[in-house]
Amino acid sequence: MSQDPLIDTPVLERVLGAALAKGGDMAEVFAEDRQTSGAVLDDRRIEELSSGRERGAGIRVVVGETTGFAHTADLSESGLLAAAEAASAVAREGGGGVRTVALDARRPVDARARILPSSVAKATKLELLSRADDTARSTGDAISQVQAGYGDSRRRILIANSEGLLAEDDQVRTRLSVVCVASGDAGMQTGHESVARTEGYEIFERVDVDEVARVAANRALSKLLARPAPSGEVPVVLAGGSGGILFHEACGHGLEADHIVKDASVYVGQVGEQVASPLVTLVDDGTVTGEWGNFTVDDEGRPAARNVLIDKGVLTDYMWDWLRSRKEGRASSGNGRRQSYQHLPMVRMTNTFLLAGEEDPDEIVAQTPNGVYVAKLGGGQVNTATGDFVFGTMEAYLIENGRITEPLRDANLIGNGPEVLRRIDALAHDFDMTPGTCGKDGQSVPVGCGQPTLRITGVTIGGTAA
Amino acid sequence: MSDLAALAEAVVGGAHSGEQLEVYVARGHDTEIRAYDGQIESLSSATSSGVGVRVLLDGGEEGNRLGFAWAGSLEDDVVAVAVAEARDNAAYATPDPSVALAAPDGVSAAELDLWDPTLEKTPTDSKVDIALALERQVRGADPRIRQVSSADYGDQRIEVALASTTGIRSFTRRTSVFLSVSAIAGEGSDTQTGSGFSVGRGPSDLDPERAALDAVERSTRMLGAEKAASGRCTVVFDPRVVSTLLSVISGALSGEAVVKGRSFFAGRVGEQVATPTVTMVDDPTDPDAFGAARYDAEGLACRKNALVQGGVLAGFLYDTVSGRRAGRVSTGSAVRGGFAGTPGPGCRALVLEPGSLDQAGLLAAVGEGLFVQSVTGVHSGVNPVSGDFSVGAEGLMIRGGTLAEPVREVTVASTLQRMLQSILHIGSDIEWLPGIAAGQTLAVGDMQLSGS
Repeated sequence: MSQDPLIDTPVLERVLGAALAKGGDMAEVFAEDRQTSGAVLDDRRIEELSSGRERGAGIRVVVGETTGFAHTADLSESGLLAAAEAASAVAREGGGGVRTVALDARRPVDARARILPSSVAKATKLELLSRADDTARSTGDAISQVQAGYGDSRRRILIANSEGLLAEDDQVRTRLSVVCVASGDAGMQTGHESVARTEGYEIFERVDVDEVARVAANRALSKLLARPAPSGEVPVVLAGGSGGILFHEACGHGLEADHIVKDASVYVGQVGEQVASPLVTLVDDGTVTGEWGNFTVDDEGRPAARNVLIDKGVLTDYMWDWLRSRKEGRASSGNGRRQSYQHLPMVRMTNTFLLAGEEDPDEIVAQTPNGVYVAKLGGGQVNTATGDFVFGTMEAYLIENGRITEPLRDANLIGNGPEVLRRIDALAHDFDMTPGTCGKDGQSVPVGCGQPTLRITGVTIGGTAA
Repeated sequence: MSDLAALAEAVVGGAHSGEQLEVYVARGHDTEIRAYDGQIESLSSATSSGVGVRVLLDGGEEGNRLGFAWAGSLEDDVVAVAVAEARDNAAYATPDPSVALAAPDGVSAAELDLWDPTLEKTPTDSKVDIALALERQVRGADPRIRQVSSADYGDQRIEVALASTTGIRSFTRRTSVFLSVSAIAGEGSDTQTGSGFSVGRGPSDLDPERAALDAVERSTRMLGAEKAASGRCTVVFDPRVVSTLLSVISGALSGEAVVKGRSFFAGRVGEQVATPTVTMVDDPTDPDAFGAARYDAEGLACRKNALVQGGVLAGFLYDTVSGRRAGRVSTGSAVRGGFAGTPGPGCRALVLEPGSLDQAGLLAAVGEGLFVQSVTGVHSGVNPVSGDFSVGAEGLMIRGGTLAEPVREVTVASTLQRMLQSILHIGSDIEWLPGIAAGQTLAVGDMQLSGS
């Protein structure tokens, strides 16, 4: 059953016309209605249930190289017209006059969730948290604290622009996370695990909450006995899944066209060049159903797409939004995203992953005489202009004589994107994805990262051991 | 009375019997301007407002239950839905005798003037000119500046009203303005970056020249940077980095983290946790602090709290609930991330008591080591529970007491516990930066540098 639009088409057409009254190349209305609910269990208590709702519209007017933007929580025609007036203030040259905008026919969408989280009783959601708490605490006596969080969101969006585009999406996301503290003689350690999907409550038919809790608990417990990570350059084997953060940082951000057009990326002018080991085929794909960075249309109304960025080591393309693709006279690649109606869109990743290879993951470890095995990566950060990036371990072990041995305390690894991409010399046939939150220029959006188990011949690890 | 306070009063008046109710009402006006290549790249201006409601169901001896809801609107019907949702959410919480709303504690708020009336009257064109001039200045300062990837002007006017059935009534308003600029310097195939900024309460506080020169100096002096050799060394952190480090440490000074066993400081009050030169306070009543505030996020007066004195851990920061759990009272330290967040204890203006040396004097005193001008991976490599510390770093070697060749793609590592015990010098150069902690140059001994 489709719902009424957030804003009726005749109103949108009048507002877009008004936004261009002083001139301008393009006007756009982005409307959003977001509802969230969440719960936190901490210190054995359900501490907080929260609910929130936010609705509003952001209006932008593009005049040459300049973008004017305003937003409002008032979705009435008068509220929208006021925002259109404010956004159009950047159009100073005049040359406007009466502009008629005719939008495409509406194509309503349904929420892509089999079980809408809003239809599930709050008490049922809380049971997940209690179960996670019990399981985590029973995993080991040293587990001294557990925090379990549940959250869901439903985000209805509508995008209309003066080129006639009219698009809608109805995005439902559901997540569960567990953070454990383990206490021992050498102090405390933390373990974290989460599941997050662009799906409804049906994810809990497949997600084993006990397993999520056990993974988080074991991650904390194993680090109690961990020794300091080494320092210096070492071979690193990244387990399939969270290691995808490496590619998100090492090259993903550097392939975003907003950095490219400003000459602020090491990958400028590299299309067609060998930028990585021939083993590397990197894809950004917003269409992967259910993954954390999945959607039907992006926040500029462009359908999600599968874009090959690096093919067998050769750079094939960058990622594009409306503004940056216009300059190049090409189409957007479906990577225009924004945190909310209060933000301007920019080029963002969706689900970014490395395609699997052919080797056996255990064999890759066995053929690594000495090094570090990273079972779980945390976050990372990159300077796109220099290519230098870091990524942090959340679960890592020494590799000695081809075997995974002692656990290591958390540390960051540091490398240079183009250098590290060339040093990938083994790729396994396994594959996994992991959800994350990507921050850029003050905006956060959900993304997915993925890769198979792989080896880097050398990367600098920042431990405290000499 | 402001319209926000009147709205808060009206919502509190609608509380049911057997419940306590607190409402936080906020409104902000924002302007953001980005200049690029001599033009306005983007200009945004908007007003946003919203409400956060907490309802506490009184459960007598069994304990109280709290529920929360928020909405990005001040329309009566939307606010009414939020109140009903908060009430419904409260019914599912675990009863807890420590759960309570703040009540007036007799401490009066500091007289602080955080509102610059000139901001409201400053025309947008003047703000655009500031951003354009900032970009122009960086581009023209040095032939090695190849690109200015962003040159931003931003300002904000925020008003917050808080009211509760427990007698809390507070109203605060503040203005802030900021400039930030990112430069890319190049020479041959080498590329390096550096940023500069300036903050204040009004446009006249801004120092665009300083921001521009900072970005230029920081990017150009990194040209030619290479990896350094691994080894143990003294690290001198730039004030900006120190502000970040103190923010991380502040997580371990939160009374909530302490009562929940998530702080490496738990159970250590009265112990020597840092070198004797370290005295650390959180003082939001200091008018110079960027985070200065009259009232906390529960409507209690902000106050000066000593956290470390002469290297000895003196105490923690509490909001109402964490204070009750610890058998103490709130230190007026509740913070929240806007109307969509719930309060928790945190710093607003954390600062180390300054030493006697400025940056040049401090570098001379250190003699040999690494000067770190920026760090990366703080969220992935610094853990306020375990204290493990590992960050990506770039900067310059210190040789013979002065800055020498530039260094990139290295990490520096230790633990926060060990770093606090290894502080060699605290700079006299206190600088209030955006965020919750001051910056000043800091020298820490015995850190592991990982490079080639």
